[in-house]
Amino acid sequence: MNFVANKSELKVVGTRPVRPDGIDKVTGKAMFGADLTMAGTLTGKVLRSPHAHARIVAIDASKALALPGVKAVITAADFPEISSEEAAAGDGAVNFRHMAHNVLARDKVLYEGHAVAAVAATSQAIADAAAALIEITYEVLPFVIDVEAAMADGAPLLHDDIKYNGKPSNITKRVEFKLGDADAGLAEADVVVEGRYETTAVHQGYIEPHAVIASVNPDGQTQIFASSQGQFMIRQYVSKILAMDIANIRVTPAEIGGGFGGKTLVYLEPLAVALSRKAGKPVKMVMNREEVFRATGPTSGGVMTVKIGAKKDGTITGATIDIALQAGAFPGSPVAPACMCAFACYDLKNVRASGFDVVSNRSKIAAYRAPGAPISAFGVESAMDDLATKLGMDPIALREKNAAKAGTKAAYGPVFPEIGFEQVLEAAKSHPHWSAPLGPNQGRGVATGFWFNIGGDSSASVFVNEDGTISVVSGSPDIGGSRASMAMMAAEVLGVPYEKVRPIVGDTAQIGITGMTGGSRVTFATGMATVQAAEKVVDELKKRAAMIWDISPEAVDWKDGEAVPAGANAGGFDPMPLAAIAAKAGKTGGPIGSEVSINAQGAGAGFGAHICDVEVDPETGFVKVLRYTAVQDVGRAIHPSYVEGQIQGGAVQGIGWALNEEYLYDKNGRMDNAGFLDYRVPVASDLPMIEAVVVEVPNKRHPFGVRGVGEVPIIPPLAAVGNAIKAAIGVRMHSLPMSPPKILAAIDGKA
Amino acid sequence: MPRLSYAAPASVPDAIKLLAGAEGLAKVLSGGTDLLVQLRSGRTRPELIVDTKKIPGIIGIRETEDGFVIGAATSGAEIGENAALVAAYPGVVEGTNLIGSTQVQGRASLAGNLCNASPAADSVPALIAAGAVAVVVGPNGQRNVPVGQIVIAPGRTSLAKGEFILEFHLPKPKAKQSDAYLRFIPRTEMDIAVVGCGVNLTLDANGVITAACIVLGAVAPTQVVVEAAAKAIIGTKLDDAALAALDAAARAACNPITDKRGTIEFRTKIAGVLARRAAKIAYDRAGAR
Repeated sequence: MNFVANKSELKVVGTRPVRPDGIDKVTGKAMFGADLTMAGTLTGKVLRSPHAHARIVAIDASKALALPGVKAVITAADFPEISSEEAAAGDGAVNFRHMAHNVLARDKVLYEGHAVAAVAATSQAIADAAAALIEITYEVLPFVIDVEAAMADGAPLLHDDIKYNGKPSNITKRVEFKLGDADAGLAEADVVVEGRYETTAVHQGYIEPHAVIASVNPDGQTQIFASSQGQFMIRQYVSKILAMDIANIRVTPAEIGGGFGGKTLVYLEPLAVALSRKAGKPVKMVMNREEVFRATGPTSGGVMTVKIGAKKDGTITGATIDIALQAGAFPGSPVAPACMCAFACYDLKNVRASGFDVVSNRSKIAAYRAPGAPISAFGVESAMDDLATKLGMDPIALREKNAAKAGTKAAYGPVFPEIGFEQVLEAAKSHPHWSAPLGPNQGRGVATGFWFNIGGDSSASVFVNEDGTISVVSGSPDIGGSRASMAMMAAEVLGVPYEKVRPIVGDTAQIGITGMTGGSRVTFATGMATVQAAEKVVDELKKRAAMIWDISPEAVDWKDGEAVPAGANAGGFDPMPLAAIAAKAGKTGGPIGSEVSINAQGAGAGFGAHICDVEVDPETGFVKVLRYTAVQDVGRAIHPSYVEGQIQGGAVQGIGWALNEEYLYDKNGRMDNAGFLDYRVPVASDLPMIEAVVVEVPNKRHPFGVRGVGEVPIIPPLAAVGNAIKAAIGVRMHSLPMSPPKILAAIDGKA
Repeated sequence: MPRLSYAAPASVPDAIKLLAGAEGLAKVLSGGTDLLVQLRSGRTRPELIVDTKKIPGIIGIRETEDGFVIGAATSGAEIGENAALVAAYPGVVEGTNLIGSTQVQGRASLAGNLCNASPAADSVPALIAAGAVAVVVGPNGQRNVPVGQIVIAPGRTSLAKGEFILEFHLPKPKAKQSDAYLRFIPRTEMDIAVVGCGVNLTLDANGVITAACIVLGAVAPTQVVVEAAAKAIIGTKLDDAALAALDAAARAACNPITDKRGTIEFRTKIAGVLARRAAKIAYDRAGAR
């Protein structure tokens, strides 16, 4: 389907219908990960390491197994050993050996909360008691938590097989992206700003904990019902970790209570399958919040140095960022995207971004909305603010002066096609917020952000039902309203009302392989598959009408949900509605439907600019966010309400990251705030209404112009809040979170 | 397997008998907003839970000639909706209403907040500053205990085995007497006080402070009654010099720890700030009566 340039031609896309999954969710009927129970279901419980780093000397489960009601205990001995060679055969950055060792520790525990054993029993109480009866003998080892300490000579080493520059190390790799000569560019500058910035690990904070039920039959056929961002991801990872045939595994995606990137890995699923295999009964496992914090992925914290130089007129001549990110216990921090996104908002001739991926005794990090980008943006956008101050320039004008546009070559490689950063800056500048007055102790900050948005493997099918209604199946778990978006796009192509189209998310046996929901890809990629499937259905409908009219299919057009003769020569037939064609399907060739599987290419980059006003209590350091405006180019909004919701949600998570969220460790390397009481995500009363301003510069490689929306809004807030605080108190905060004690110390330090 | 029993006696003697007769750990359940969370997390493992809410009179507020009687299990929501109590003790009510969320307020009780024995309990500083008395019942009869003497250490109370709080007595406020409670949290709600401060002041007809009680929370193992802070403002109209002296006295009374919720330096500084701010609110309220 060709790109629809004229928005007024669209009848469904751009409207705000009620979401199809809404009633189930608000009435509590929706089936989340913990809501399914099968006959004879056992309860699984994980025994976790109390140590940050220790060698497992011995595991004795005999007392646990002797407890009545205990049906199975598993340890790493129940998992096949995956060699590094096999791991390298995995796709992309996934290392299945590491993944297996994260799911269940082998030889060593690498962080507090690392799973060591799991038990299945007839009740939660028995499972809890049994876990406490498993005796583990540990040889406690020195540990290291912080990224720079982990990089230092003599740091305790987590892995024997990780080397850097030929020497055993916690540094797993270094990445570098460059364009031109950054040092020479900096040397040409009239003004240079330089800063060191620190961010802490922050958790995705999804409200629904990880949950799964798995049932393995003696013939190997396995059912898994779990909350995740990818049923096919679970199927593939379980198959690799437990050496099972993929065809034997059927994964049904549960309704998901938030993921934000954190549900792109397996934790419980292989354990539940292994326990079920051993016990011969279904096994259900649900994490508690403490386990979620201690054992599942936050995103990285890190340290970085940013240097930007500019001419007096604001033209940036050179820029560098050097960053080191925590990967947690296994390699895999988002250091590459952090570097790639760092300066992507700007059209620079000379730029270098380099970074280290560093392991330490923390839980393995997982993706979190725009992985890596908010971290580097905190440094870069804080430095941009300092640069504007030093140049005496308006911070938006400085960004306009250097804005990336169509034809800009990004440091990470590509040349941008049409992008909307300039339009975003214009919308921010002309928004009344930017010129509104401020009171005492108040300050305003602005910051921007870039995310690639991605495409990839997606499948969707569209079926015409007997009465002319439509069923849509896709392979993408619905996190941000994608069922509604798929139904809307199918309705648009078919020319039928949205209410006549009912979408579901298929299980792994019902729909073709589909990559995870993440990276802001579903509305673009799965949307493209849905559109193509709907177009094939339209082609078939036209054929059927042609057959009924006994004319050539080329002589039939499709208009507003009806077959019509293409012209006067085609014959004088009355339009034939979809329902009429459906009613005759049995006589014209059988059921009508189509499935499309694609690798979607041509994702369009997204840009955002956020304006934040804060008031700082000069006596306590308390920061109140007074007003917040988030401007973003989304390509085109399929369902504007869900687009705005994504922008608001991302901004809120970014504000939490900026102000109060952090992983705290005690002197033994144990997480000290593993609960929502002391891991402080924002509550509703902390925030003003977040005003989402949607800018639409369509991505012409998607039929309806979609770019993607979910990642960009979490990128600018860290620096937007920091820049507002700087404006309010006159001090640059270099370290996250910008919590009251730190701000008060900064204010007192200035006085 | 460990067993947990639950009982909901309908009389004080029955409740005492159950609590006193328990072999292992017995816990009193009022609203349960602390107990149930501790139970689920495994932090407490009682063998008996005695729900007191069926005892007549343990929920509700009565205004008497001497002041107010608040049942031990009365919820924060009910306290917040009692207009007479809100008028007489706005500080006690605002402290109580800061506990948890709207949902938690429907259950959380004064006795529960007190007997959880956290130095950060939000309802306690203003209760102490108000001179509230807890009526404690137990196997040896009934005794009246000033609220400030209930908590003896974090997580520990002076209640003996078999004892529980039946109700609280708040004296009738004098003319020109009022109170206030402020706490500091990094968010706006749903959090634990980093520092809390309750202030109760009485003024004469000229606006001179004649009596004062300043109580700090979360800056020491238990709530701290800061007598030096009271002295610093008695006889003043809470002018800038008095406020500065109050700030200094509050800071000097702090003996906090550095933990995940705050550092020694931060807590100490905030204690002075909150004492000043709460005193100003109480002063204005008292003056307006």
